[in-house]
Amino acid sequence: MSDFTSEFWSWFIIIPSVLGLLYCVILLMRTNTVKEQKDGEVETMGHVWDEDLEELNNPLPRWWLMMFYITIVFGAVYLVLYPGLGSFAGILNWSSVDRYEQEVKETETLVAPLYAEYLATPVDDLKNNVSAMSTAKRLFANNCAICHGADAAGYTGFPNLTDHDWLYGGDEETVKATILNGRRAAMPAWGAGLGQKGVSEVSEYVYSLTRESVNKHYLPAGKQRYMAMCVACHGPEGKGNMAMGAPNLADNIWLYGGSLRAIAESVDKGRAGNMPAFGNQLTVSQIHLLTAYLSSLQKTVN
Amino acid sequence: MNTSEMYNYKVVRQFAIMTIVWGIVGMLVGVFIASQLVWPVLNFDIAWLTFGRLRPLHTNAVVFAFGGSALFATSYYVVQRTCHVRLAFDRLASFTFWGWNLVIVLAAITLPMGLTSTKEYAELEWPIDILITVVWVAYAVVFFGTIMRRRMKHIYVANWFFGAFILTVAILHIFNNLAIPVGLFKSYSVYAGVQDAMVQWWYGHNAVGFFLTAGFLGIMYYFIPKQANRPVYSYRLSVVHFWALIFTYIWAGPHHLHYTALPDWAQSLGMVFSLVLLAPSWGGMINGIMTLSGAWHKLRTDPILKFLVVSVSFYGMSTFEGPMMAIKTVNALSHYTDWTIGHVHSGALGWVGMVTIGALYYLIPRLYNSEIYSVKLIETHFWMATLGIVLYITSMWISGIMQGLMWRAVNEDGTLIYSFIETVDAMHPYYFIRLLGGLIYLAGMLVMAYNIARTIINKEPAVAPVLAPAH
Repeated sequence: MSDFTSEFWSWFIIIPSVLGLLYCVILLMRTNTVKEQKDGEVETMGHVWDEDLEELNNPLPRWWLMMFYITIVFGAVYLVLYPGLGSFAGILNWSSVDRYEQEVKETETLVAPLYAEYLATPVDDLKNNVSAMSTAKRLFANNCAICHGADAAGYTGFPNLTDHDWLYGGDEETVKATILNGRRAAMPAWGAGLGQKGVSEVSEYVYSLTRESVNKHYLPAGKQRYMAMCVACHGPEGKGNMAMGAPNLADNIWLYGGSLRAIAESVDKGRAGNMPAFGNQLTVSQIHLLTAYLSSLQKTVN
Repeated sequence: MNTSEMYNYKVVRQFAIMTIVWGIVGMLVGVFIASQLVWPVLNFDIAWLTFGRLRPLHTNAVVFAFGGSALFATSYYVVQRTCHVRLAFDRLASFTFWGWNLVIVLAAITLPMGLTSTKEYAELEWPIDILITVVWVAYAVVFFGTIMRRRMKHIYVANWFFGAFILTVAILHIFNNLAIPVGLFKSYSVYAGVQDAMVQWWYGHNAVGFFLTAGFLGIMYYFIPKQANRPVYSYRLSVVHFWALIFTYIWAGPHHLHYTALPDWAQSLGMVFSLVLLAPSWGGMINGIMTLSGAWHKLRTDPILKFLVVSVSFYGMSTFEGPMMAIKTVNALSHYTDWTIGHVHSGALGWVGMVTIGALYYLIPRLYNSEIYSVKLIETHFWMATLGIVLYITSMWISGIMQGLMWRAVNEDGTLIYSFIETVDAMHPYYFIRLLGGLIYLAGMLVMAYNIARTIINKEPAVAPVLAPAH
């Protein structure tokens, strides 16, 4: 095994391990020199500490001794069968990695026909398939719900997946790409460049796109700054850009909160949304199922 | 009056009183974080009060402040009484008291602030680690200095265990905490990856093995024969189980890392030696319980003896449970679940807590030349403690096994039956029962504090002359 850089280290483990078990055996044999007596008092060792502390010298209880020996024998047999003694792999040639891969393979073989069938079914049909959707729901619960919530309605910083409002697009291919490869958003921090007043002005303007502005005197300067700095990603009307995941600022749906304060924080410090890539832990069929599931969640709206 | 002819009771008294104080503090924090698990809103959105910061405060407070003070108090008392000589180096002994309590106070400040080395049961940052090392070396000098001055050739068995505990904890503490400081409050471990994990659990499991087992066996070996007024059952057994226990424990750490990146061979060795550890552990239990041969009737009337004997029973139970949980197949179910928490608490509340409480009820009146204020209140405390433990560990067994089974339950389509949050939801009622158990145990400690306060109030500290050894 690669755990050992040389035979020396292997023996460095083997020798103390074997000696360790032997040590226990010798210790037991050397101390178990008196047998249980049926009659009579057991004598004390003859020492007295602190007025009245004495020790009897009863023999080792037989059941206890047997139990000790059994565990030692079990240990020795185990170390012959399984890896343990340095680089000796054990006569069963067992390894946790093999075992894991074997179990994964067994499960995959078992469920392969089912998933092949799902993969061959179009998303629009799948979302009406009750058993497919219950599988998808569990996949969602164990992979996605930790951020997006059990009901997929999201949370501050984690998009709501039920509201028809998509950052990168809600068509089948885009959703699949999002799950497979993840997404990494990059809203730059403007605080240093704009200064506190500049941040307030821009934020006021963004706020005014969806609601009645409070500090109207900030709006002219805010709009000017918006057109210079923000327009490239969020567009002249604030409608965003799905190609780069720049959110629509004009629909009153807010990923990081829509209060003036939350908007100012986004402008000041930037945001770095990160959807992890699931390509390593979900199969293509599972992603296909999840896409259908997300699609099914949209149906209640409009 | 020549003080060298008197036992040094002052430092014993100081540690004994602080054992009760820190016990209440540590258990209070435990009850608080147990409530947070039932009602998460109790962290009040204040960083200092969050579970992640208070949990290490709880473990450090109960293990090192409560358990540590108990070990200092009893080992200092036992070593002078059984060596028939005054405790060596008065000023060094006094330094260990103030130094250890400084460590505890620093822990209570830095852990809620979020300053942590992130190593379980060794979270304290490097300046405090150095202070611990200094105090510990002083402790060793005082303890072994006393042993060297002893007036009995034979060293009493309790002192073997105290000695092994002091030596081994020094080694464990130093090697686990080796780190490179990058500032006053931050350091990085010198080990990396799985090696760091292995060193951590070599330390972590032996903190249990030597701090919470060997040390407390020392307590048992003095206070049970004393309270029962019976000789230790078998010298021969104490020899075997001592040498087997201190040898075997050192190997058991890898069972904390089953099914991880730790190589298979290390996992197997950890499991094998954890199983071999069963008999050496039970040797202590047999010696403790069988010492009562011929004195069983005393259990009916003596609540102190009840504490001591029930503690040994819990010791036997958790040292059976431990090797079972170290078997890989069992561990696959139990690992990361509440079962582990239940196991730890049957050891901590049942064994460590009860043997400490029993020893303190024996010790404190003798340190003040006084009678205990109320034996009835000790009896009350005993039943409260027992009920608290039973509620705590049974709820965690049920919750833990259920949790493990829910985690591994798989549908025919290969998906998990339960999401994580469903398992959390299922555990909720058991978290409440656990909280209730903890509360009752804590309330028992308050009964004890009252009883002890009434026992020592207006009493002069006892002055006891060193006894001549009997031959």
